Amino acid sequence: MTLSSWSLDVAMALLEPLRAEPGPVLIALQAIQREFGYVPSQAVALIATTFNVSRADVHGVLTFYHDLRTTEAPLNEIKICVAEACQAVGSRDLEKVLKGTYADQVCDAFCFGNCALGPAVMVNGKLIGRATAAKVAEEIK
Amino acid sequence: MSSIKIYIPGDSAAVSVGADDVAREISRLANDSKIDIEIIRNGTRGALWLEPLVEVQVGDDRIGYGPVQVGEVASLFKAQFLHGGSHALNVGIVADLVWLAQQDRITFKRVGIVDPLSISDYQAHGGWVGLQRALTMSGEQIVAEVTESGLRGRGGAGFPAGIKWKTVLETAGEVKYICCNADEGDSGTFADRILMEGDPFTLLEGMAIAAIAVGAQEGFVYIRSEYPAAIAKLSAAILIAREFGVLGSSVLGSTHSFDIKVRVGGGSYVCGEETAMLESIEGKRGVVRSKPPLPAIAGLFGKPTVINNVLTLASVPAVLADGAASYKSRGVGRSLGTQIFQLAGNVKQGGIVETGFGISLGELITGYGGGSLSGKPIKAVQIGGPLGAYFSPKNFDIPMDYESLIAAGGMLGHGGIVIFDTSVDLAIQAKFAMEFCAIESCGKCTPCRLGSTRGAETIQRIINGEEFEPNKRLLLDLCEVMTDGSLCAMGGLTPMPVMSAMINFPEDFENRAEGKK
Repeated sequence: MTLSSWSLDVAMALLEPLRAEPGPVLIALQAIQREFGYVPSQAVALIATTFNVSRADVHGVLTFYHDLRTTEAPLNEIKICVAEACQAVGSRDLEKVLKGTYADQVCDAFCFGNCALGPAVMVNGKLIGRATAAKVAEEIK
Repeated sequence: MSSIKIYIPGDSAAVSVGADDVAREISRLANDSKIDIEIIRNGTRGALWLEPLVEVQVGDDRIGYGPVQVGEVASLFKAQFLHGGSHALNVGIVADLVWLAQQDRITFKRVGIVDPLSISDYQAHGGWVGLQRALTMSGEQIVAEVTESGLRGRGGAGFPAGIKWKTVLETAGEVKYICCNADEGDSGTFADRILMEGDPFTLLEGMAIAAIAVGAQEGFVYIRSEYPAAIAKLSAAILIAREFGVLGSSVLGSTHSFDIKVRVGGGSYVCGEETAMLESIEGKRGVVRSKPPLPAIAGLFGKPTVINNVLTLASVPAVLADGAASYKSRGVGRSLGTQIFQLAGNVKQGGIVETGFGISLGELITGYGGGSLSGKPIKAVQIGGPLGAYFSPKNFDIPMDYESLIAAGGMLGHGGIVIFDTSVDLAIQAKFAMEFCAIESCGKCTPCRLGSTRGAETIQRIINGEEFEPNKRLLLDLCEVMTDGSLCAMGGLTPMPVMSAMINFPEDFENRAEGKK
């Protein structure tokens, strides 16, 4: 997936069809992030104006959800499940190894619904079951 | 000659261990040998330790091979697997596997069997029968049938579905909603995901029946963002269902209009709480609402709203198709019908076990689960997600139903069972429960927002071996405040894993200074 750099025209075109949706702020933020990889600060004001809500409202939603980010995504997005079922099969050790290797490209996640085939790691959107450092390495850009 | 049918799950669990690669390799080798095959990407049968499970249609049977790794595909061809040939990975006729054959699949009867997006497959396996029957009934009659079946909320709360529907039916309103909670955030649960990926039309049918029962015209499915494949499958199924006339201005040619939209979560656990989910669908922060008013009276956008879990709604078509009496002939006491248990964590044979309520915990773990994956003894199991209790093998005789689990100091939750071997430290797990609550709390009420952080700190002191008795008293007091003083189950149930760990595994908390860690 290639990401675009910020463009007001692109953003406005993304938001326009959402005017018809009830409660559009979260889906608007998600649409912006899908397009640009994160939510640039300019988007907050644009969403507020487009849907006639306050900037504080948009900021509140943006900062509530773990998925939404205000800075560019790292080159590789490595999400390791650190919830109980994956802990039971060694995700805490794997987390340490991955963070040692990939540093801030790694973030914690809570459950991908692959709890019988853990540890689960998602690398750039691809889910890996029975994950090991070697399997993760194969998916790294 | 017609082509040979091969089933290779497209389910994300199967794909996570290589199902896509296996499918490509089988396709490539068949092509090289000019063998005419048709690959169907079914859902998973739920026997996840066998994934990728390749099934070949031989006569009336489906012969299984699993778990297949891509390097083994060539040897399968050599062994004539396309004709059911013998091979080390041959598991025989899949439907006859004891693990599957002794289950009682009602809600999951089509999952793993059908092509998830084939409407003709769906119909050939009993699809739309429940909806067609519902269309001949009044709303009151449908609600009565669902109430009579004994179906209770499978999301965790266990509230009778029929009674919830009755409230919505009897609440006046031009606009009403059906909201399906597919924010399956509990670790150790994956049944919603597998159903949405493997048999999405069942969920749509259940939602349509609910809509007809209460007079709703619009539905939302709130799916967590961690489930991209389920989002894609369900969205595709909605388009197909519209085309087919199940959704839209005239449901199966009737005067009822009903349509469904998918909303994707934002990675927030608390949005699985029903009122936080409503806020999130409305595009706001996922902050829990105070009740009353009940969502059944003033829910989404303030309108009367049915909120049910995926499994609850997906059980409704079977209730309507086969009748309430058939459904409630399963189960025990006030836990009627089947429960979809999920075996997870450190387990040899993990996956989906659908069976009547009342099966013992031990039967699930040692019978179906086959013990731990590591081969070490099992030390603990957590039932019902991160807010559920930790039990020890001493508790393996607990019958798995809503009431028995409550009596044992736990809860069924969404039916997930996470298994831990002897390497687990329950004090660390208790601390994790508090930390998880601190991360995921919506922040509205103080016991949850602050209590979780203070709880984690207190448990850390116990782990450090500092003044056990006073810290234990403090923790018990804090747990009581959180249980009684929190607005929703997030803060209210976080003490459950903590307390149960302390009660069932006191040795992991006492005397930390001398000896361990």
